[in-house]
Order: sequence, then structure tokens, then C-alpha cells
Amino acid sequence: MKIAFELILILGLIVCAVSALSSKRLLVTVVIYMAYSLVMTVIWALLQSPDLAITEAAVGAGVTGILFLTTLKKIHALKGTKDE
Amino acid sequence: MKKSIWKRFTEWVDGVAEEFEPEQLPQTQDKEKKHKTHSLDEQQRLRVFTIGYDIVAFIVGITVVAVLIFTIFQLPLFGCADNPAVNEVVQRYVENGLEETGAVNMVAGMILDYRAFDTFGESSVLFLAVTCVMMLLLRDKKNISKEEDIQQMHERIIEKESRDLILKNVTALIIPWIMLFGVYIVLNGHISPGGGFSGGAVMGAGLILYSAAYGVDATSRFFTRNTFRAITSTALLCYAASKAYSFFTGANGLPTGIPLGTPGAIFSSGLILVLDICVGMVVACTMYGFYILFAKGEF
Repeated sequence: MKIAFELILILGLIVCAVSALSSKRLLVTVVIYMAYSLVMTVIWALLQSPDLAITEAAVGAGVTGILFLTTLKKIHALKGTKDE
Repeated sequence: MKKSIWKRFTEWVDGVAEEFEPEQLPQTQDKEKKHKTHSLDEQQRLRVFTIGYDIVAFIVGITVVAVLIFTIFQLPLFGCADNPAVNEVVQRYVENGLEETGAVNMVAGMILDYRAFDTFGESSVLFLAVTCVMMLLLRDKKNISKEEDIQQMHERIIEKESRDLILKNVTALIIPWIMLFGVYIVLNGHISPGGGFSGGAVMGAGLILYSAAYGVDATSRFFTRNTFRAITSTALLCYAASKAYSFFTGANGLPTGIPLGTPGAIFSSGLILVLDICVGMVVACTMYGFYILFAKGEF
């Protein structure tokens, strides 16, 4: 049961990584990257390192994604934030 | 004409453009002629390059993946007893860690007592990173233009008028719990999983969420650049001082005079609690500082 769950998680990780690379829109890439971090959080918890899981959830799924998004907004790469 | 190194450095930091002396390029016309005659040839070369690029990228990617997978199969099994990582160092940590550091959480005992010097370096790296981001993104008199200023004013007014209602109310509901959880993780770093970095990251994320929902002006009521400066430098200096004290006394066999306390209590394990709080402060301020510098450019 546990092994099946782990296999599903790792499959999700690979799917996230590939789709983050192949998506055309930058916003989608950042969101998929955050989903990748969320899956990684569960994997850290399963590997019995809860402190890493907390850090990954806060940094990987939260702060890094937000920094990417603010950068994209600043260079006007997001749809709908262009002037004029 | 020669400027001193310091002056050139300050000018580089302030973004003053260096006087560029254009060299004479006498061969430009010849080159243009060549360009025209070789355009067909160059098109073919471009085509060969695009195809070759794909092929080389494919080969390099496959090779790297193959090497990584091969390495993973060479690694010893996870959690196996006769791994090379299981040696006398780990044995020492596991057997004597609790009574030497007083921390129930073995990881905290390791990174904040045995290897506290590494953690000090990591905190300093965070400080350095936020300093560099400040150097690049901080808006001051010299890199501000009037148009940008007006544009930012407009953006801020638009943001103020169109605050998202759902985001605002949900933030008001969960912000206290996020901050409380961060403080809990920091203060219980030596008892339960977590510690300075995780708790600080959670608190920083909470601050970012608050300023994203209520606007940058809401957080700058209580968190200015002076607050950032004071908290970060005080935490780093406090870390350095307390760890220097314990290194000096410990290395010279002197009694430290810091009671280890009963393992499992909040006030136990000597300096680890203090160091955890210092690291948490630095990390929280750094996370929030990154966000505010990226989003607004000043704070």
C-alpha cells in the first residue's frame, strides 16, 4: 500500500517536472513548479524528515513561487499586466 | 582621468554609466559586403546549426540522465545498516547527543551545537543575498525617473481600489495561525521537528501573504528598513557572540555556566533556543525583504 502511494507520488513528480518544462505560458510553469514542491513535501514527510517537509512547503511551494510571480509581473511577462 | 578604485566601485554600484570611448571600426563596410555575398551560404549553415543543436542537446540530455540513473543504482540502500555514512560520528551523535546538547530533536542538536559554525555561515549567506538584492533593486535618488514614479503611483492606486475580497478575508482568518505556527516551530526547535530555518520561513511566508492581501503599505506600518536592519544585525551579532562564548569555553575545557535543563522542557538545551530564535529572525526578515524588494523596490 505504502509502496503504491510512493510510486504514485514519484510519477506525479515526473509528470510535474516534464509539464513544467513543456508548458508554453510562464504563469503555468510557475504554478506547476509550486505543485511539484507540494508533492515533494509529501515525499519528505514519507522519508521521515518532517523538518525538511515544513521548509519545502514554506520555501518551495510558497516563497519561491511568489518571487517568480513578482519577477514575471515586473518584467511584464504575465498576461493582463501589460500597460496600455 | 584615472579614478580611484573606490570611486569607480561606488559609481558602478550607483549605476553611473562609464564613459565609453568608441574604437574606430574601419572594417565594418568590408564585413557588410561579405555578409551579403555569403548570405545563401549562411542560411545553409544556420539550418545545419539548428538541426545539429537539437541532436547535440538530445545526446547531452540522454547522457546526463543515464549518468544520474547509473549513480543512483550504485548508491547504497536507504537506511541500510552497513552504509558508509553510518560511522562513529553518527554513533556519537545518536548515543551522546541528548546528554551533551540537551536537545530531544537530534537534528537541532547537530546543526546548532556540534555544527553551529556552519549554521552561522548559512545565516550570513542569507544576509549577504538580501544585501545584494538591495544593491540591485533598491530604489533611491539615483535610479528613479519621474515617469516610473508616476507609473508606480498609478499602479498602487489601482491596487488599492481593487483589493481582492476573498483573499483579504481568508488572510484575516488564517494569518494569526500561520504566525503562531511559525513561532511554535522556532521555539520548539529543540523538542520537535523544525527549528530556526523552517519556522522563520513560515513566518516570512505569513508576512508576504499579509502584504500581498492588504498592500505593501499595510506591512510598512510596522516593518520598515530600519526594523529590518536592526533585527537582522542584532540577531546575527547575538548568534556570533553566544556561539563564540560557547566555543571559547568549550574548546578550553572551561565550564560554560549554561544549564542544560531537563530534556523536553522549553527552557532546556542551553544555547540552542537562543540560536534558533536568532536564525528564525534572520530567515523571516530575509524572506519578507526579498518579496518587498521585488514587489516595490523599497521599504
